[in-house]
Amino acid sequence: MLGKDLLGIEDLERPEIERILETAQRMTEIGTRDVKKVPTLRGRTVVNLFFEPSTRTQTSFEIAGKRLAADVVNFSTAGSSLSKKESILDTAKTLDAMDPDCVVVRHKVAGVPKRIADVLEAPVINAGDGAHEHPSQALLDMLTVFQQKDRLDGLTVAIIGDIAHSRVARSNIYGFGKMGAEVRIAGPPTMLPADVETLGVKAYCSLREVLDGADVVMALRIQRERLEGACFPSVREYAATFGLDRAKLRYAKDDAIVMHPGPVNRGVELSHDLADHRPSVILDQVRNGVALRMALLYLISGRPRTRAESPQE
Amino acid sequence: MTGTRLLDDVAIRRALMRIAHEIVERHESLAELYLVAIPNGGVPLGRMLVENLEKLSGVQAPLGILDTTLYRDDVQGTAERPPLRVTEMPSSVDDRVVILVEDVVNTGRTIRAAMDALMDFGRPRAVQVVALVDRGRRELPIKIDFVGKNIPTQPGESVELVGEGGQLEGALEVLLERSGAPGSRAGVGTPGGDSSKGVG
Amino acid sequence: MARLLIRGGRVLDPSSERDERADLLVQDGSIADVGPDLEVRGAEVVDADGCWVAPGFIDLHTHLREPGQEYKEDLGSGGRAAVAGGFTSVTCMANTDPVNDDPAVTEYILNRARTDSPAKVFPIAAATLGLDGEVMTEMAALAAAGAVAFSDDGRTISDAGVMRRVLEYSKLVDVPVVVHAEDCALRGDGVVNEGPVSTRLGLPGNPCLAEDILVARDLMLTELTGARLHVAHISSAGSVELVRQARERGLSVTAEVTPHHLTLTDEATLGYDTNTKMAPPLRSVVDVEACRKALSEGVIDVVATDHAPHAVHEKEVDFADAPPGVLGFETAFGVVMDLVREDEISPLELMRRMSTNATRIMKVPGGSLAPGSPGDVVILDPERRWVYDPAKGYSKSRNSPWAGQELTGRVVATVVDGRLVYHCDRGVLVP
Repeated sequence: MLGKDLLGIEDLERPEIERILETAQRMTEIGTRDVKKVPTLRGRTVVNLFFEPSTRTQTSFEIAGKRLAADVVNFSTAGSSLSKKESILDTAKTLDAMDPDCVVVRHKVAGVPKRIADVLEAPVINAGDGAHEHPSQALLDMLTVFQQKDRLDGLTVAIIGDIAHSRVARSNIYGFGKMGAEVRIAGPPTMLPADVETLGVKAYCSLREVLDGADVVMALRIQRERLEGACFPSVREYAATFGLDRAKLRYAKDDAIVMHPGPVNRGVELSHDLADHRPSVILDQVRNGVALRMALLYLISGRPRTRAESPQE
Repeated sequence: MTGTRLLDDVAIRRALMRIAHEIVERHESLAELYLVAIPNGGVPLGRMLVENLEKLSGVQAPLGILDTTLYRDDVQGTAERPPLRVTEMPSSVDDRVVILVEDVVNTGRTIRAAMDALMDFGRPRAVQVVALVDRGRRELPIKIDFVGKNIPTQPGESVELVGEGGQLEGALEVLLERSGAPGSRAGVGTPGGDSSKGVG
Repeated sequence: MARLLIRGGRVLDPSSERDERADLLVQDGSIADVGPDLEVRGAEVVDADGCWVAPGFIDLHTHLREPGQEYKEDLGSGGRAAVAGGFTSVTCMANTDPVNDDPAVTEYILNRARTDSPAKVFPIAAATLGLDGEVMTEMAALAAAGAVAFSDDGRTISDAGVMRRVLEYSKLVDVPVVVHAEDCALRGDGVVNEGPVSTRLGLPGNPCLAEDILVARDLMLTELTGARLHVAHISSAGSVELVRQARERGLSVTAEVTPHHLTLTDEATLGYDTNTKMAPPLRSVVDVEACRKALSEGVIDVVATDHAPHAVHEKEVDFADAPPGVLGFETAFGVVMDLVREDEISPLELMRRMSTNATRIMKVPGGSLAPGSPGDVVILDPERRWVYDPAKGYSKSRNSPWAGQELTGRVVATVVDGRLVYHCDRGVLVP
């Protein structure tokens, strides 16, 4: 995995996912220490290249890099000369000339991390591209579920909400599917992507049906500002039909857990009470986010040396 | 695994009992002891030592497990990053006498990494080292305080603590194996603290 | 007098149904004679042994970018790329800057082309002022200046009332209206074909229906008005079926398909290469098969490249922001030869769709090797393998999905008005 791009869960094999999750699980211990830093990536440079602002993800990667002693440089487009039409490849080449060991890319349009990875020497980690993939989010979701359920194989995972515009949904559909879980989705029909069953999921329009027998319930964030009135009539109607509260959660298994990639629209995707208390594991997700991203930077950043170059005993 | 057996289970248990005696002799107060095992090989040895010490003195010393992988000096030179092993440090190391427990010590690099890791958990009053086997080919100024057996070896030989069924369980033994050319590197991250690796 | 003897090729002339080994003599700018073993003294001889000899290709859909966007292409570079691709006559769309919605622009293009372009250029004028889809252009004046059709290509006339009047009024000048069929509301932000591929890519989908609905509307308006409609770059199975039915009803409708919509599916976009972004988008395999079948059956009349140069930096942006379109001239023959190799169309019929049929749709010269026809000829080696490198091509731009790929079938030489203007070993020879 060293030196390889992580552009999507779609490209990963199950053993690779397992390796990342095992490494991340070990990394969680570092977060419990007084001194939350190990010297592993000393002298390595991690660049956060965020074309789209995302405080949470960027902070998570930044903390992860710093806990591994890497130098983390944030290169965000806000306040920089990067305009919409600037060649992203120019930007990438400029960055590459600074010899980073890993570049973490976020962009509002699907495929940009791939285009950048194609020209970059350093490995690229996709930190979310349009409605395509958000692999680190799905991996931390899988880690969180594993911690709660001790397995992923055979679980039933229900993903609810705006599947069409969600990179989190796609990555989780691939990830949980590869790990042997059954993935179901539900949302307003206007928010299900075309031919979604080709991704290997079953689509439902009813909350009751999708929750029946679910071990994991994952609510997705609704882009209220952009989609209200276009893809769903009103927040009130969305909350009534697809919002989760304790009463509706009873359709799922008794020990079902509730997840959300954050930030939660309280009272819309999740009731206030559900957002804050068990069985929701939202803060576990955030905590695991740092450990998971440490695992990714540990496993990926740098370039593999050939045998001849490696130091002798 | 095949190879020359250097120590069998009986010899290992005898050595650890002797080491326990030495630890008791050397420390006035056992209450300040904190055993920290380096996985994977150090862990079953650490457990035995804790039991032995309890038998001898009635005091149960805490046992921590400390993975040194993230502190290795060669972690950036590998083709793939080595897998991490478990770390469990149940209590603070501040003002304790920490005894690191390792199965095989060779170059001293793992002990160096372990000491660095330990410092991230606090400020021990003293750090001492137990090694079941000391191969003696030191590359760093590291002294072993309690040695099970000195076994001088050559580069290209590997010395490994193994248990039954590939696990570090049941009857243990220490095996010597001659691998290929001297100085060749074994695959990273093979469990068992194999001292033919860059860190030993 | 200039004489050019093309010797020993397989002459494919759809206008006379000729498909036989023969010599071809071009003299004084016109086809002079076709037949076996012509003896001509003092003629420049081009050996066409093992090659096809056909009427020069005619492209009814190109963007030559002049005036206004000469950094992408101009009439000279576009014309050179055209003849390097075997095209002797090309039309050019009106979405220049300024838009070709005024006879002065039409004349400018014609004048520039006469001096700069080795291929003959025929402007298609805008159907509405500024391509805004509101006020129709002065079609009579534009036609008199030389416009061979009207189109807002690149955009769609969304207002059915405007489209109706454009069609009605176009009867005055008896030239076709070319429709870029895309319902903008249904397309939304779509940039790739809607379906499994758009879902995998996470890019907004553009459904076939966005095309089909507009094609259906415009076919019905054509029926209402009795005008002539030409459907540009048809790409969906649904639209193909609509055109088929309309022709069966006897409507005056023609259609074109691009080389990329005949050979590439939306799976080509899976790597997010912006050189696979087109409008309409690359479609599913079902649509590609429908287009191929319709072309071979004649429901689709012509292959048109939709040659759409964009500068490198314009394509080096994210997929959503990249302009749609690809280069078409120099790869067209090598790409569409796939249909001949797959036995879906005969060489003669392919030549009909690359050349002869275009002359039935718009007033462009050529399409025939009968004596007296313009001396526009292409010599083709159907077996020649070559690797396409846009950097070595004649266009100013490089946006091709076939870059670096091996194609089989190459243009050996192109003759315009009896003059050898391109030879694959010597390059473009004039102007």
